[in-house]
Amino acid sequence: MTTIPIATSEPRSTLNANRGAPFPVATLTITARAVKKSIRTPSIMLGGTVSGVMFLLIFRYVFGGAVAHLGGLSYVDFVAPGFIVTSVLFGAMAAGTGVAEDLQAGLVDRLRSLPVRAASIVTGRVIGDTLLTSWGLVVTSAVAFAVGFRVHGGIGPAIGALGLSVLYAFAFCWLFAALGFFAGSAQGAQQLAFLVFPLSFVSSAYVPVSTMPGWMQAFANHQPVTAMVDTARILAEGHAVATALGHGLGYYLPASLAWTAGMTVLCIPVALWRLQRS
Amino acid sequence: MPDLIEARGLVKRFRKVVALDGLDLRVPAGQVTAVLGPNGAGKTTFVRAVATLLRPDAGRLNVLGHDTARDTMAVRRLIGLAGQSAAVEPTMTGRENLVMVARLYGRSRKEARQRAADVLERIGLAASADRPVKTYSGGMRRRLDLGASLVGAPRLLVMDEPTTGLDPRSRTELWDAIRDLAASGTEVLLTTQYLDEADQLAQRVVIVEAGKVIAEGTPAELKSRVGLDRIEVHTRDAAGAATAATVLAALGAEGDGVEVDLAMRRASVPCSDGPGLLPAATAGLVAAGVEIEDLTLRRPTLDEVFMALTGHHTQSPGSEGEKGRPKRAHTEQMGPKQMEGALR
Repeated sequence: MTTIPIATSEPRSTLNANRGAPFPVATLTITARAVKKSIRTPSIMLGGTVSGVMFLLIFRYVFGGAVAHLGGLSYVDFVAPGFIVTSVLFGAMAAGTGVAEDLQAGLVDRLRSLPVRAASIVTGRVIGDTLLTSWGLVVTSAVAFAVGFRVHGGIGPAIGALGLSVLYAFAFCWLFAALGFFAGSAQGAQQLAFLVFPLSFVSSAYVPVSTMPGWMQAFANHQPVTAMVDTARILAEGHAVATALGHGLGYYLPASLAWTAGMTVLCIPVALWRLQRS
Repeated sequence: MPDLIEARGLVKRFRKVVALDGLDLRVPAGQVTAVLGPNGAGKTTFVRAVATLLRPDAGRLNVLGHDTARDTMAVRRLIGLAGQSAAVEPTMTGRENLVMVARLYGRSRKEARQRAADVLERIGLAASADRPVKTYSGGMRRRLDLGASLVGAPRLLVMDEPTTGLDPRSRTELWDAIRDLAASGTEVLLTTQYLDEADQLAQRVVIVEAGKVIAEGTPAELKSRVGLDRIEVHTRDAAGAATAATVLAALGAEGDGVEVDLAMRRASVPCSDGPGLLPAATAGLVAAGVEIEDLTLRRPTLDEVFMALTGHHTQSPGSEGEKGRPKRAHTEQMGPKQMEGALR
């Protein structure tokens, strides 16, 4: 660094009325923009939801008949929590493509040149995408009920499962937002689907892990989606299913929360670091 | 009053590419300043540093007396950034876009709405304010982008290639808007690849090449270092060319005087104000009975400025590749294409 002193006089009078939005206001302003954009873009609003619902119907009615009952559960009761939780992954992918799109369009430059904390730019985006993903959760749950899914563990725990899913959505939105900074373009960010497919399919979401080959079980049992799905499954269907899953709530709940916390804690600094260098 | 920009030994590297190579620059406040240079000269990197979007690896950069590295927020409170990419949200209306940016500048809801309405009026978009931006033409989007940088009533407006990809009419409209702003006291720093744009807008031109300032001055000063405008006439016959040479000489030639080539039936004269002299030249030639085949006004181009200053053309090897943000170089090149899309 050059150390030649140059004038740094800063008379207060040169500063104008732009105090800069405080963190919560900036964050919510950016959240509002993300939500408006999604609501007004039918392909975003319907795309994820329609494909999620279609998959649910296919699994329920096409594959459902071929899959044996599991731990006293009908297939629809087994698979619905899987669908509801994995809808979070597909929804959160939008955070990745959204970040990549905003970078490409120069919107991130504009926002970064404003007197707001950089963290509010990504946090606002992530909160917006979490809200939209939560909307997808509600739709998927409603469709699941319409095709015969029923809760057997009490309404309280079931609502708890939905609440946890929102938390998982938040963590996955951070993950995809961070990855979106590396994608380079919105098209590049679409490739994040290659992360979503193994995570959702090689898990306990659609079929019991015990039916998979041994090496695949090792992956399925030690990745976040299995812990999250089985947490939701036990909460929705009661502790009786735990015997068929391998572990009880005492294992899956802390595991899913650890994954959630781990992803969030890891991805926030990565996203912020990439933002500063975008 | 602090200088608008004070840069000392700015260095910025992207991997192996040196984008800024010890750039020194002092720009006094109160004049529109254009940073002129070919692609890859480092001008985008420089304005991104001014806009606090990137931090130099070495050197100091003060904007209106505030250090961009240590006093980043103070700089951001004073500047507005508009680029070539029209960074506005297409699904929101023009008004919503401006209110959002005003809110982020820290204005209250009421104030933000007021600022947005004022700016929409000023940039001539009041009638389209409540339509989604995706229905706007390319020129309208670019004006809205300018508007977004104005809702904070910035002391300094930073514009990176503001007219790249615009059709001539939108370009002229944007030039008018920039002139109005400068006249009302907003400082303007812009980059451009076009000498005529710098000429039209700026009182001070800074020429950047290979990450350094290689020349600065008023547009007239810089052009005089390159050469003058030249009025050139092709005649039907050699006698006409000789007559034309006399007529042109009588107009008050400057520089190295009239050139005449009887074999090619061509005469030309250098002059400092080509457009000003052209009517008189035409009238004189017609009055003298010269049969004109072709009459052209040749003006110094950016390439000629570079030739004169550096001894090589703008497309020199070694100045290519750097785009200020190397990894997404394609996004800048996509400017015009995006605009085409926007125009559909």
